[in-house]
Amino acid sequence: MRIRALAVGVAAVALVACSGGQAAEPSSSDSAGGGEITVISHDSFNIPDELKQQFEQETGLKVTYTPLQDTGAMVNQLVLSKDAPLGDVVFGIDNTFASRAEQQGIVDAYVSPALDERAKSLATEQMTPIDFGDVCVNADKVWFESNNLPIPQTLDDLASAQYKDLLVAPSPATSSPGLAFLFTTVGQKGDGWLDYMRDLKANGALFVSGWTEAYNVEFSAGEGQGKRPLVLSYATSPAWTIGDDGNSTTVNLPDTCFRQVEYAAVLHGAKNPEGARKFVDFLLSDAVQASIPENMYMYPVIEATELPEEWVKFAPLSEAPTHVDAATIDEHREQWIQEWAEAIG
Amino acid sequence: MDRRARRLPGALLWVAVAAVPATFLAIFFVWPACALVARGFHNGTSWTLDGLLAVGRSERTWRALWFTLQTASVATLLCLATGVVGAYVLYRLRFPGQQVLRGLITVPFVLPTVVVGIAFSGPEPVVGIVLAMVFFNYSVVVRTVGALWARLDPRQTQAAAALGADGWRTAWTVTLPALRPAIISSAALVFLFCASGFGIVMTLGRGAHHTIETEIWFQTTQVLNLSAAAALSIAQVIVVTLCLWLTSAWQRRSQAALRLLPETTSTSRLDWGRDWAPVLVTVAIIVGLLVVPMAGLLVRSLRDAGDWTLDGYRSLFAGALLEATWTSLRTAVAAAAIALTLGVLVALVVSRRPASAPGRRALATVEGAFMLPLGVSAVTVGFGYLITLNRPPLDLRSSIVLVPIAQAVVALPLVVRTLLPTLRAIDPRQLQAAAMLGASPARALATIELPALGRGIGLALGFALATSLGEFGATSFLARPDRPTLPVLIFRLFSRPGGENHQMALAASVWLAVLTATVMVVAERARPREVDSW
Repeated sequence: MRIRALAVGVAAVALVACSGGQAAEPSSSDSAGGGEITVISHDSFNIPDELKQQFEQETGLKVTYTPLQDTGAMVNQLVLSKDAPLGDVVFGIDNTFASRAEQQGIVDAYVSPALDERAKSLATEQMTPIDFGDVCVNADKVWFESNNLPIPQTLDDLASAQYKDLLVAPSPATSSPGLAFLFTTVGQKGDGWLDYMRDLKANGALFVSGWTEAYNVEFSAGEGQGKRPLVLSYATSPAWTIGDDGNSTTVNLPDTCFRQVEYAAVLHGAKNPEGARKFVDFLLSDAVQASIPENMYMYPVIEATELPEEWVKFAPLSEAPTHVDAATIDEHREQWIQEWAEAIG
Repeated sequence: MDRRARRLPGALLWVAVAAVPATFLAIFFVWPACALVARGFHNGTSWTLDGLLAVGRSERTWRALWFTLQTASVATLLCLATGVVGAYVLYRLRFPGQQVLRGLITVPFVLPTVVVGIAFSGPEPVVGIVLAMVFFNYSVVVRTVGALWARLDPRQTQAAAALGADGWRTAWTVTLPALRPAIISSAALVFLFCASGFGIVMTLGRGAHHTIETEIWFQTTQVLNLSAAAALSIAQVIVVTLCLWLTSAWQRRSQAALRLLPETTSTSRLDWGRDWAPVLVTVAIIVGLLVVPMAGLLVRSLRDAGDWTLDGYRSLFAGALLEATWTSLRTAVAAAAIALTLGVLVALVVSRRPASAPGRRALATVEGAFMLPLGVSAVTVGFGYLITLNRPPLDLRSSIVLVPIAQAVVALPLVVRTLLPTLRAIDPRQLQAAAMLGASPARALATIELPALGRGIGLALGFALATSLGEFGATSFLARPDRPTLPVLIFRLFSRPGGENHQMALAASVWLAVLTATVMVVAERARPREVDSW
């Protein structure tokens, strides 16, 4: 199922791209309603082809999708080009970059009326939440059972001698889940976060370059069948490790989670702000929200959306995710990464 | 006096020819890079050097600079040592399967770094980084040196042997000096590739080891500290300029006309008694450094949860693969066409032999300028596009044509470096003889220089296509409409959860490897037939 969806998605992307060539010409429309819009996103943005076509048919808008690289690079590219914006609407600015985006004035305020109560609580002053998820440590249940060791629960457990040499995580300096884990330690340990990281390192934690290397090379329940039974990944990861008995072979540790919220926003200086707002609303429509788990691996922000069965069973969100204030993150991000790199890397 | 007057329009003509690639490079490379660097020296209200000083005082900068120079130097030396031997075996000897081997060694050149990272993630990151650099660049030395070696006149070494020189002495005093232009040229290329290598250091360095390039990426994309990035970019340009200046000085001293023969008459059949040492070394390198990592990739792409399976390939062919392959090939052909056209112009201009010293110096500078894209960060250029190509008539920021253009900028230095040795090797007496017999410069160009150029074109085309097929850095920083190339598709598949996606990513990497090897072999075979002008 997933594969077919992907195939259709890619075909759609190609189709849309074919029509996208002309949109780059300077003569693009600036009229309100109808016309064209350009959607800027990070590289993981993915909605099914049928839905994209449906949106174009219903609104009469022609949409060009322009994926950039990771969230950080995307925000900075938008900051650099704010005098002549790259598009009309942006998807994928997250809570760790929200305050930079708003302070730099790259977005115009638009909070969609389509939000429900839970979603409203996640909105910022200027941006509309679309999806969210948790970055958590995952454990290989099979390994812990066969080694007669209880599965660790907290950050302190991870640094205790009992769990020496068991954790692998992507580096905060080179990967966004790695950075989210750094924020978890900041949120829980405050000024002591770096000491905690040192303890973790002394306890044999392995930091690798990215999520793929951590999960699919070093993790014992990943594709590479590595040696380490604890990995920093996502709350939803256990939904992808269903064993023959229908149960997941892995579990996430809810006390180690950091909450990521992804927003859509109207770009400041958009040629077609009306169309941009329509696109933001479209991302909150039932159909798109329902497609998010299978296509973007995040939780849809609208609470009533039905979730895949495996998610309900095996990929619960943390009830008390770690929180760090967006402005604090933006102010200290560079300093924290540098400190981490000096001390650990 | 009279002759002088007649030569002047010729010189002007060459300046006009040079203006075409120069304009291209100015618009799509120099202007964007300079604009971004200039932003780094402006704090919003006035010009300032504070950023530069801050970076200069940071210990981290100097560590990154050292690390860059050390790893790149060691990797270049290793590449040269193994590559010259490999060039002998793969280009000077003759044995069945040689063409396929030549194609095979180019595969690493285009493999996505995440794949290479998995293959070389041993316990010691620095060793892994250097080995991966050798893995990537081995073919550059083998092919550049090999292309020249295959056509060296063997009579010189035969004469040396007849006069009593042993094999080592002949190699040292006759063969190596003759190969020096190609060796120096490829050394400069490899050093610049290594020094600007981004993916390998990111993947294998795990955030613990930095080069100037990864620092520029970090400062630009992650924290938007443009003054730090600008200072680092300047450091990078200084390193590149020094490297080019040193190699061109060395090159000038060693430049000599060579007697070149068609390949078929100057190669010799493999002879175990004579060739066992270089053959064993080359086999060891190819097996240890190339075959084992690639076989590992192939095996991993065929295994899922302990079982053998073709699922990765099946889902891939059912889905995204053909579309991405088509996009990649089309982009590669466009990029190669641009790079080859400009590369031929640059090579012709740079290989002129002005009589005056200022003229020679000017040409050396021109040559160096066209090498610069190798050493300047794709991040700087990509982000520079955002603030320069943003107004009509050049609002190309989000146009699909920017992808092949950016890739051509990256491929151009390699094309020029591949074409130059064959042009430089033309005996000036041959040109003088042509002039003496009444041939106009245009006719000499058409009958002597262009055929010589034709011999290098296959290789240059192969390199241009391979560069474009494997290009990820510059492409990923462009705001292009969504039409993923193979490397972009592989990157996306790797970052998705689930065994199937991982399987598909590995399968797509194998596919890219096979595609590149095929393109390389075909391109090299498709060169014009040898023109024997002797």
